[in-house]
Amino acid sequence: MSSPSPVASRALWVRLGRMDSRYPVSFLITLILVLGEARYGILGGYDRLATALGVCAATELALSRWLGGSFANVASAYITGISLALLIKPRADLLWPFALGGFLAIASKYVLRYRGRHLWNPSNFAISLLLLAAPASVAILSHQWGNDLATNAVIWCFGLLIASRVGMLHVTLTYVGCFVALALVRSVITGGPLLTEIAPLTGPMYQLFIFFMITDPKTTVSTVRGRMIVAAAVAAAETAIRLAGDYHVAALRPLYPAPPILALAIVGPVANVIDLYRAGRSGRST
Amino acid sequence: MVHAVISLFQRRVAVGAAFLAAIALVVLLNHRADRAGDASASPPFHLTNVAADVGITFVHHGPTLDPKLDNIAPLVGSLGASVSVADVNNDGWPDLYLTNSRFGYPNALYLNRGNGTFVDTAGAAGVADVNRPGEGVSMGAVWGDYDNDGLEDLLVYKWGYLQLFKNMGDLHFTDVTEAAGLRHWMNSNGAVWFDYDRDGLLDLYVAGYFRSDIDFWHLKTTRIMENSFEFATNGGKNRLFHNIGHGRFEDVTDRLGVGSTRWTLAVAAGDFNGDGWPDLFLANDYGPEELYLNDHGRRFVLSRVGLEGDSKSGMSATLGDALNRGRLDAFVTNISERGYLFQGNNLRLNFLPELGRFQQGAEGVITDAGWAWGAQLGDLDNDGRNELFIVNGYVSADRDRSYWYAMSKIAGANGNVFEDAKTWPPIGTAGLSGYERSRVLLNRGLAGWTDVASVVGVSDEYDGRAVALVDLFNRGVLDVVVANQNQPALVYKNTVAPGTHWIAFKLVGTRSNRSAIGAEVTLEAGGGTRQLKVVDGGMGFASQNDRRLHFGLGTAGRVDRAVIHWPSGTVQTLEHPPVDQLHVVTEPSR
Repeated sequence: MSSPSPVASRALWVRLGRMDSRYPVSFLITLILVLGEARYGILGGYDRLATALGVCAATELALSRWLGGSFANVASAYITGISLALLIKPRADLLWPFALGGFLAIASKYVLRYRGRHLWNPSNFAISLLLLAAPASVAILSHQWGNDLATNAVIWCFGLLIASRVGMLHVTLTYVGCFVALALVRSVITGGPLLTEIAPLTGPMYQLFIFFMITDPKTTVSTVRGRMIVAAAVAAAETAIRLAGDYHVAALRPLYPAPPILALAIVGPVANVIDLYRAGRSGRST
Repeated sequence: MVHAVISLFQRRVAVGAAFLAAIALVVLLNHRADRAGDASASPPFHLTNVAADVGITFVHHGPTLDPKLDNIAPLVGSLGASVSVADVNNDGWPDLYLTNSRFGYPNALYLNRGNGTFVDTAGAAGVADVNRPGEGVSMGAVWGDYDNDGLEDLLVYKWGYLQLFKNMGDLHFTDVTEAAGLRHWMNSNGAVWFDYDRDGLLDLYVAGYFRSDIDFWHLKTTRIMENSFEFATNGGKNRLFHNIGHGRFEDVTDRLGVGSTRWTLAVAAGDFNGDGWPDLFLANDYGPEELYLNDHGRRFVLSRVGLEGDSKSGMSATLGDALNRGRLDAFVTNISERGYLFQGNNLRLNFLPELGRFQQGAEGVITDAGWAWGAQLGDLDNDGRNELFIVNGYVSADRDRSYWYAMSKIAGANGNVFEDAKTWPPIGTAGLSGYERSRVLLNRGLAGWTDVASVVGVSDEYDGRAVALVDLFNRGVLDVVVANQNQPALVYKNTVAPGTHWIAFKLVGTRSNRSAIGAEVTLEAGGGTRQLKVVDGGMGFASQNDRRLHFGLGTAGRVDRAVIHWPSGTVQTLEHPPVDQLHVVTEPSR
């Protein structure tokens, strides 16, 4: 059996780059789902996946047809559904967080809009809302990943590859770079081990965050420079939350279970509004 | 066209309204989940803490460890409070053994004087001074008559050397560990007596939690922690000691295939598949539960019975008939903390005979009991159904400072990071799931479970570890004894409303082990009701219940029959045993 020629590989690489970004991202999140479920039973029940996926797809189809006159591509809903199924870890016997989370995620795209664009990454919005509004029912994925280097490595490799092909590698790398730098700052401020501050980056929540949320092309600002600034701002906001956690600031306690996700939920829409506002004033198309 | 524009606007308004309604629904459902299962009516029993009144003034002291662990000492040293029940002097009154876990602090043997009071006789009995440098500190104890001389002997498991005390009679014990071949250093938090080969001699299974090469007072390395929060296999090795008679034990762990290294916190033994051979059920921290099925005493087989894919933080293994099906189900506690983690407790309904597996039966209030530790199933209101008493709370410290955020930083990281205790953020004065209230879950049959703790008088917020159910005052009701970490023990005296009946059995083995550990009693009462209970050699977390089996009967004043399955295989049937009394049953010779 012969291996693919360099020319064929290059052609595949180019074709991948031209593909709608949702498809390689869908592939990556499916890979994570399959790996996580096969090795660690990460879902906690297929009913969760079915509910999240079903509600996301149904909401997308219904709202796009009802408000836009035609059925939308459900690839985005697919990514959102799987993200929710992976990240939401509610009380054992509850399915409603997946159903309501799925609906709110997709509906947010149609309701929370500015100048014709939605402002939040759908799963980021839904998870943030569930964490803040339903802390007695919902937690976020914290350690159901096996804490295993091999699984991490596979996801990081594919993640970086796909982020590169969909043109969002600069976002990922900016965020990761800022996170590491700010981890050092936190370590100096708190006096805790540096490794402890960097450690979250190797966790599953971050992998989903880095490759599916902060890089979402539909909810990032329009320029490369702007996206890098936003990624840095998210890391900075996250550090503020983390430092508040280190010093037990009671008022911010609801933010501590998922600092990056809530930081993005705060910074992301503000950045988008500013970007869209500036684009509107300069007549630039987004 | 106008119609279409208006229509689109209306549609957007409708979608916006649905969006807001969904958010409101999230808030509402969360509120309901927060209050799920709270009792609205008062159940027919009440629990009153009478510890001081009856002379039980025991306060547990946790271990002090090597300074290399100072950053997380309150977490690591958060174990050791235990309670185990036995009638050590055969006077018909159950006595209590409570462990301490700090060098120089004695364990207590509270002798039941039969007049409603207890006196600590551990010092005179020779079972107090076991927490000594070089020897380790106590983590729990289990009673069992390993030499069938009619006197309950005591195995103390420790972070240190196991200690076996032979009951010499006259309230005197002798340390026979060395002679028994049990002087092994283990960092254990659970053990169970059971007769795995049904030879009439009690064998011993001891769970290893931390690795056995760790000496907590002279650490050679700080790489002692779990290497995964959900799939760790770097814990201490469990060991099975076969009782070969004449007071001797041999280590048969590897030969029988039960050397799990999964950070076992609790172990219970019972015949789950109905083949007459006692199996081992393990509740593992940082990993899935395990069921080792006993293959005719020749070996144990780690079985795929629906436990393996459900990885959590098992703390307690409690066996009982949760739904009056005449089956031994298992209840396993886990961790829940608002916003951070909902592992959910497991009620493993036993369908092994039909389906070859357990089915999850936990829903509603039973799933979340905070950072739950020990639990026991027992009929607290004598209505014929088992309630659940669950103790909880990990580290109660500064109420305004929680370690949850700090722990979450490393919880998702690669295992190499947090396997080293050094990399854990310093806990300082922060607490971790402290000040949690115990749960008393009323069994309402098909209507589910209701938390009645506050209305039946259980409002303590101690860091509960072990709980044992025992009819302390021989009144035909189950009282509750709780051992709390670094805090006083509690004795909840139970007052049950009149009008219900009960029956109890004290079993004495002859061909089986004298303690009758592993014997099952199935009670059949009117209407086809069945209840099953097993004599335990250690159950829950760091605890052991009253050896006597107590059944509530509700208003039924009659029992059709009681069927006793002795460990030897003998089946004995008692037709229409009188109710409202204790029956002492000796195993028939054939």
